[in-house]
Amino acid sequence: MAQATDEKRVLMKGNEVLAESAIRAGCRFFFGYPITPQTELAAYMAKRMPKIGGTYLQAESEIAAINMVYGAAAAGARAMTSSSSPGVSLKGEGVSYMAGADLPGVIINVERGGPGLGGIQPSQSDYWQATRALGHGDFFMPVFAPSTVQEMADLVYHAFDVADEYRTPTMILADGLLGQMMEPVVLPPARDLADLPAKPWATTGTRMARRHNVVNSLYLTPEELERTNVERFERYDRIRATEQRAETYLVDDAEVVVVAFGASSRIARSAVKKARERGWRVGLLRPVTLWPFPVDAVQAALDGGARAFLSVEMNMGQMVDDVRLAVNGRAEVAFYGRTGGIIPTPAETLEHIEALARSVGATRRDADAATTKAGE
Amino acid sequence: MSTQTSGRGGAPATPAAGNAAPKPAGRHVVQLPEYQRELVDLQPGERVVACRPHAFTDVQNSYCPGCTHGIVQRLVAEVIDELGIEGITVGIAPVGCSVTCYDFFSCDMIEASHGRAPAVATAVKRVHPEDVVFSYQGDGDLASIGMAETVHAATRGEKITVIFINNAIYGMTGGQMAPTTLPNQVTQTSPYGRDVSTAGYPVRVCELLSTLDGVAYAERVSCDNLKDIRAAKRAIKKAFEYQIEGVGYSLVEVVSTCPTNWGMTPQQSFDWLRENMLPYYPLGVYRDVRAEGFATAAEAAAARAAACPIAQKGRE
Repeated sequence: MAQATDEKRVLMKGNEVLAESAIRAGCRFFFGYPITPQTELAAYMAKRMPKIGGTYLQAESEIAAINMVYGAAAAGARAMTSSSSPGVSLKGEGVSYMAGADLPGVIINVERGGPGLGGIQPSQSDYWQATRALGHGDFFMPVFAPSTVQEMADLVYHAFDVADEYRTPTMILADGLLGQMMEPVVLPPARDLADLPAKPWATTGTRMARRHNVVNSLYLTPEELERTNVERFERYDRIRATEQRAETYLVDDAEVVVVAFGASSRIARSAVKKARERGWRVGLLRPVTLWPFPVDAVQAALDGGARAFLSVEMNMGQMVDDVRLAVNGRAEVAFYGRTGGIIPTPAETLEHIEALARSVGATRRDADAATTKAGE
Repeated sequence: MSTQTSGRGGAPATPAAGNAAPKPAGRHVVQLPEYQRELVDLQPGERVVACRPHAFTDVQNSYCPGCTHGIVQRLVAEVIDELGIEGITVGIAPVGCSVTCYDFFSCDMIEASHGRAPAVATAVKRVHPEDVVFSYQGDGDLASIGMAETVHAATRGEKITVIFINNAIYGMTGGQMAPTTLPNQVTQTSPYGRDVSTAGYPVRVCELLSTLDGVAYAERVSCDNLKDIRAAKRAIKKAFEYQIEGVGYSLVEVVSTCPTNWGMTPQQSFDWLRENMLPYYPLGVYRDVRAEGFATAAEAAAARAAACPIAQKGRE
């Protein structure tokens, strides 16, 4: 997403950028509960919201916080909550209700290690939870995975638009590394609240000018519930068709494609570059949307001659399932990851790239600096 | 004569030509709200003696005979009419027997997840402070799964009104023990009677909430006779007025019946209510900051914390 070039670059922490960019997207209602490592986000909101006529409310629990997002969204506002892994589990029911009532809203997960209380170091072990089963029932939600502080600014801004357009909760799946990291960022322009999408379905009070609006997810007639779910899945099909996003790096001629998102994609990129220098035709495919998974980008890599995929993650192997589904038997799929808050190193990632390349009989040329340069 | 009103919500503010002007309010005359007048085609000599409140839709409710949900919801609708606030009111429905009350009120309605109505109401009120926001909740919803949301919305002094139906049982799921089930009361999950040594004691919600500084008004009422129904309506109206006037959080607890799950006839259930519920849950006003001489709950809270310097400090 191109930003206005005359905007000033500022050095900011990822968590604070998520907050500021949400405010610029028109979010004036934030409901949070303290948890490491996302605390700077809530602290930033607590400081900023009262100055701009917004609401920061520290809820009594993650459960209350997501239900406040539900209420604010029902009332027609752009609303957000943020947490980290154990807290996001508590939000699951509320997110299911939002999906069931077709309410837009943004949920931030600055992931830490799990299960249970886990740890407080960075992790990507909520991939399954975010893309599959955050709550009960038949539903999906768009999930965005930033890999830089700049992308945190861009994607939270975008997530509000997607949420409103499709009337769905959306999630930013970040991790403790990105949340705590400081990088230069160009912030998006502040939205005029008057220009935000109209929400004629919202419960704002009828003003005696229309029939009452009801925000609800209860359908006691099976046929009615089925029809509602089928209609929602038609919307999901539109999201799959139009909202997939991925970044590719040296994938065009790649025999081995590393798939990595978020913080681990930055390590994977270094390893890919190193592998190129060592003569392997390796590329990086970085999903920006985790749901919908960028199946089209995987297909393009397969069509371009990819023979093997290596999913590199900060967990025990979760996204690799989606890679397998997208590859659908047309290539080898392998996984390398570290968990518990440990970040894979470029060197160990390179080892796994080379092992996979050898196992599928990939061609190795002499170190080819020109190829690397051309690809960058 | 017909007293049916048509449709929901969008009633015009001015009576159409040709309609009779309303008769002055008398013993058996209903003073119709202005927006409702044109919907009643009064002929000369006719007068309205009863009609469905405009804030009530013409959807038939789903309650059992002898259940007081229907009475209480009608009282809420009458109060909404009398205060002329239907167009600015947003109601929050709970999970339980009254879950579908979003179909019964003509104002905007939100169905919340189990127990979370106060959190939802909080957010709606924060987004639209000019609106009137109420939640309607049963005892399982409010005092068991939603106790945290209940206590915290109250202590934050949210300017919302909570209508709390206490019938000492889970109705919709078929009669399980509730947080308000009386000692030794038999339910599906206290088949030998509620044993307080293992299941603990019932929660007295008005008493509990009246200790919190954010609460402006908490009253317990009953709907087992006409006099108390009228008192209940006065309490509900006051609770809404306190919200509108910014006094603070208001709650009305209605001691109610559940003949179906109590295994009684409607008449027996009202007798049981009088015999067992009312001694345990005494009716009365548990908090009324105005009666205590304060304009708002905030003023009362400041007085209570008079000896605490930091609590007296103005916001910088």
